[in-house]
Amino acid sequence: MITFTLNGQPVTTDSAPTRRLSEVLREDLGLKGTKVGCDAGDCGSCTVLVDGRALCACLTPAARIAGAHVETVERETPELTRLRTAFLRHGAAQCGICTPGMLMAAVDLLRRNPTPSEAEASEALGGVLCRCTGYRKIIAAVCDTTDSAAITTGGVGTALQRIDGAAKVAGDLFGADVVPDGALTLKAIRSPHHHAAFTFGDLTAYAQRPGVAGVFTAADIPGLNRFGVIPPFADQPAIAPSPARFRGECVALVAFEPGVTPDLSDFPIHWQERPAQMIPAEAETSSHLIHDNRPGNRLTEGRVVKGDAAAALATSAHIVEGEITTAFVEHAYIEPEAGSAWMEGDVLNIRACTQAPVMDRDDTATILALPHDRVRIRPSAVGGGFGSKLDVSLQPLLGLVALKTGRPVRMTYTRQESMASTTKRHPAEIRGRIGCDATGRITAVAFEGRFDTGAYASWGPTVANRVPVHASGPYLTPHVHARARAIHTNGPVSGAFRGFGVPQAAIWQETLFDQLADKAGIDRLEFRILNALTDGDLSATGQVMQATGIRECLEALRPHWYRALAEAQGKPGRGVGLASCWYGCGNTSLPNPSTIRIGITPSGQIVLHQGATDIGQGSNTVIPQIAAQALGLPVELFHLIGPDTFLTPDAGKTSASRQTYVSGRAAHDTARALRSQILRLANASDAATLSLANGTLTVTEGTTRRDIALASQPIGEDGYVLLAEETYDPPTAPLDANGQGKPYAVYGYGAQLVELHVDRALGTVKLLKITAAHDVGRAINPQLAEGQIEGGIAQGIGLALMEEYLPGRTENLHDYLIPTTGDVPPIQSILLEIPDPEGPFGAKGLGEHVLIPTAPAILNAIRHATGAKITRLPALPHRIRAAILGAKP
Amino acid sequence: MLFARPDTLTQAIALRAQGMRVLSGGTDLYPGASAELSGDVLDLTAIPALRDMTQGPDGLRIGACTTWSDLVEADLPPALTALQQAALQVGGRQVQNAGTIGGNLCNASPAADGVPPLLVLDAVVELTGPTGARSLPLDQFIIGPRRTALAQGEILTAITLPHSALTGRSAFVKLGARAHLVISIAMVAVRISLEKGHISHCALAVGSCGPVACRLPRLEAAILGLTLSQALEQITPTALDALSPIDDIRATAAYRREAAAELLRRAVTEAA
Ligand SMILES: Cc1cc2nc3c(=O)[nH]c(=O)nc-3n(C[C@H](O)[C@H](O)[C@H](O)COP(=O)(O)OP(=O)(O)OC[C@H]3O[C@@H](n4cnc5c(N)ncnc54)[C@H](O)[C@@H]3O)c2cc1C
Ligand code: FES
Ligand code: FES
Repeated sequence: MITFTLNGQPVTTDSAPTRRLSEVLREDLGLKGTKVGCDAGDCGSCTVLVDGRALCACLTPAARIAGAHVETVERETPELTRLRTAFLRHGAAQCGICTPGMLMAAVDLLRRNPTPSEAEASEALGGVLCRCTGYRKIIAAVCDTTDSAAITTGGVGTALQRIDGAAKVAGDLFGADVVPDGALTLKAIRSPHHHAAFTFGDLTAYAQRPGVAGVFTAADIPGLNRFGVIPPFADQPAIAPSPARFRGECVALVAFEPGVTPDLSDFPIHWQERPAQMIPAEAETSSHLIHDNRPGNRLTEGRVVKGDAAAALATSAHIVEGEITTAFVEHAYIEPEAGSAWMEGDVLNIRACTQAPVMDRDDTATILALPHDRVRIRPSAVGGGFGSKLDVSLQPLLGLVALKTGRPVRMTYTRQESMASTTKRHPAEIRGRIGCDATGRITAVAFEGRFDTGAYASWGPTVANRVPVHASGPYLTPHVHARARAIHTNGPVSGAFRGFGVPQAAIWQETLFDQLADKAGIDRLEFRILNALTDGDLSATGQVMQATGIRECLEALRPHWYRALAEAQGKPGRGVGLASCWYGCGNTSLPNPSTIRIGITPSGQIVLHQGATDIGQGSNTVIPQIAAQALGLPVELFHLIGPDTFLTPDAGKTSASRQTYVSGRAAHDTARALRSQILRLANASDAATLSLANGTLTVTEGTTRRDIALASQPIGEDGYVLLAEETYDPPTAPLDANGQGKPYAVYGYGAQLVELHVDRALGTVKLLKITAAHDVGRAINPQLAEGQIEGGIAQGIGLALMEEYLPGRTENLHDYLIPTTGDVPPIQSILLEIPDPEGPFGAKGLGEHVLIPTAPAILNAIRHATGAKITRLPALPHRIRAAILGAKP
Repeated sequence: MLFARPDTLTQAIALRAQGMRVLSGGTDLYPGASAELSGDVLDLTAIPALRDMTQGPDGLRIGACTTWSDLVEADLPPALTALQQAALQVGGRQVQNAGTIGGNLCNASPAADGVPPLLVLDAVVELTGPTGARSLPLDQFIIGPRRTALAQGEILTAITLPHSALTGRSAFVKLGARAHLVISIAMVAVRISLEKGHISHCALAVGSCGPVACRLPRLEAAILGLTLSQALEQITPTALDALSPIDDIRATAAYRREAAAELLRRAVTEAA
């Protein structure tokens, strides 16, 4: 028996003495506020205070807390109250999975130092990773000792505090945090090899072991053992039959009885390793086909051809040629995949972290041979996704076991499992040429990209199609020849990661632009302004551009650019770099609808059925803000029904920077439709104002005022007296064989300016400041927009300087490095609003744009500082040093 | 499965003799373990004698269970600045509050940040077993990656820094690919004394550039008696013949050797 004080209360537990304190708190005492992101001390999300000192609960033996005072995020103290409100006010919690650890590390700091400086806060929080925020708002919140109130009301354009924020600063309930009573614990057997055949021993005997509730293999799957985000390419088994095609692939499941410590060490499986195809260039010519129906291991190729790039390059005044190689990049959300499943009657319920509930339902239903109305997806709070939680992971596995056993079941991936088995950013090898005329106007871009799409299709086709469209950047380019092909290897599955390949392409294009500007003798910023797309210009796909904000973004950076150049002048190692982005919001030339429903109850509650999953980016706040503004009633009257495939219409997936634009537009149209109904009832025009109190809707127009007693209105089937539901699908047009057409209805734009210092002798980089100008069309919520910018930049920093996923070698957060508090410099965001007629109130997407310019701007600044041309990412110190040594003086 | 958390060394030694596995801060043991540690576990952290710092006849004695935070917070002479600087860079505060200097040495990672600062302090480890205590110089204790001279039944009880090594000023410089929580690509510690502008004593050590961290006796001898600027000229990659760096995911061997020389120059400048 271990007795200790927990948040001021005495408690006793019979936990084993070496049990991790995180397990004691979460499993034995049921306090789920303390999060587990790695079980290895690397993420700090499990930070608690023991006798006032911050410790990782995952590294602390239970016995050591005997007699001690343990404080967790569940505690109420004056510091915690102040920190919670400051976190909300500053928008310091996005997905919220790191928040409990951050809060506790901050309490530890504030007790030692009630008025910390930014540097002290950064140091004190250095042991907690956050993948969403870029840390700046967290540090600001910790240093903010004022008690000012957060903004809790206001329409479009207000920095409204996150509507779902209170839960996040209290320790929200993520995939692992709700466990149905009596749930089995599910564990996967995964391939230790990149490519291997396997056979099972006596599974029946294994299944009879005490504590084992069942063993499941591909043979147990009732439906089609194949999923994929793009149905024509669906190729990935939920549980692989032999052979396994990548390291980490699931080949069997074992369900353990509750309370049993899962031990898979002698699971009867025999592996025969086979030669693996790991290099895309070799895979293209290899006779070893990873999928028999894909010759040359080619999944697909996308192309955009406009004019005659070769001819235009031949006559261009200046030409640059270059290549760039990037690595697998891991999403490294702090929440490893987790969830649970149970049966309610004959309906399979799955509660798990996801970015795409309806796709989960469809894939799971197919795999389990169930009709859609027998699968209910109830997303948990999502501790970061960034693209990887679009594909199903554990949903079909949980579903299979719940269905087969009839018992509730839960599953939580280990960090290693999460990293090994889920998707990555595509490694890219890009080469090509860009030319301009004597006056510096771009003449042509020739682009050739090979993307390692790994063992299965996932989002490979999207990358292959999206990249050529964006390869020439947001610049007027008369001649374009761009091809991108996705090649299978036995590497991890490459999927969606913030930008779908466009960040890799931008690294190539934007670094070459700097070299081209130099050749043309034009300032690097002015060169970009000269070539910036403007309204009426034709894009690479021949689309007539509208609401084109790139010039405005670049011009907004002008004063910062010249200031930064002047400051860097004469200072060895100081460099200034710049890069732009454009990015089409929503699917490429494919239908991409969102539907939103809003009802008003007889008692006067406005209910917003909002199926867009909020993975931290803020749809739970932005969509209500849009709906409220369009309806003309205050946002705090809205009651949100979050995503649930039984309660919310399909608002599509949280990807492609589409939720604010597409679901936002659907919310806007729904709210407008509802408003029209109300105005009709009141016989009023759109000039009328609405108010709602005590079940009475009041419509006022000039001196006329009409009260609608909601309770006296007829009640519809769904319990609402007024109801509207609208769908919005972006008006796009297919691309022809040359990639010509209208792939997107709306584009967003941005440009970022990086100031840094390179330590020439060591090849290390110290970022000093990043200034980011983004055209968001309309900043529905400026604080959330800034949060996206800062978080995207942090991921861009990682992509540029440190992140490289090597299967089998960097499968943890110790060896796979993502930026910490000390790696993200001050960020100044400049929000520009060039309204797009398609977007709600003019809004465009932002979520992926923000990551695209960062890495090339960093590389450009490194080159400015040292002359070093980096062609292989990440730019680790030894690579920068080698490039400095190789640079011409 | 047995678990013991004795509060005297005598008890601990007796339990250790029965083959129990030693647990100190747990920051190396828990990563990689499942929900609990396996096997019989002997937790050393309740033994007051293992966690104090005392001046004795042989020098400054640091108990093996002294945490990184204890070191940071202690009032120590400038010769130990390097050790304190290293302590502040081991993981984050959470790890510093739990991780111990003894665990760092026994874990014997080539990237253990505690080793170079202790090497320049001529550290001697005290190993206690059923038959009593013995002393070994640190460079004879760590004998390879993850390999030590700890015998069966022994516990690392203390690290002693001889009086002669408590003089001079020291500095630690660590190189990694990010700001916090980073495994060293290379790290160095130096301790030097200057007399009338000339180096009168010096100790240089480099880690993460070979299977074990090591001192650089030839270079130390070469710069003895030189002025600071003369010494800096001598610290070149080719002078680091004692190192045997390798290529790995974090850096190349050539880069490491070059970086180690640069780090040494910086550390020497800082300590001077
Ligand atoms: C997130 C994170 C970051 C880290 N960063 C760094 C870093 O930057 N630099 C660095 O050097 N290390 C780092 N470490 C590693 C680790 O924290 C240190 O090596 C620490 O000092 C280990 O001490 P401990 O007391 O926690 O060891 P434990 O985990 O308790 O033990 C480690 C090993 O030593 C044995 N052992 C411990 N004490 C004794 C003893 N007194 N006698 C005999 N055997 C003993 C144990 O049996 C075990 O084999 C990091 C760890 C984590 C989790
Ligand atoms: S879960 Fe403890 S540090 Fe990650
Ligand atoms: S808010 Fe920090 S990880 Fe998501």
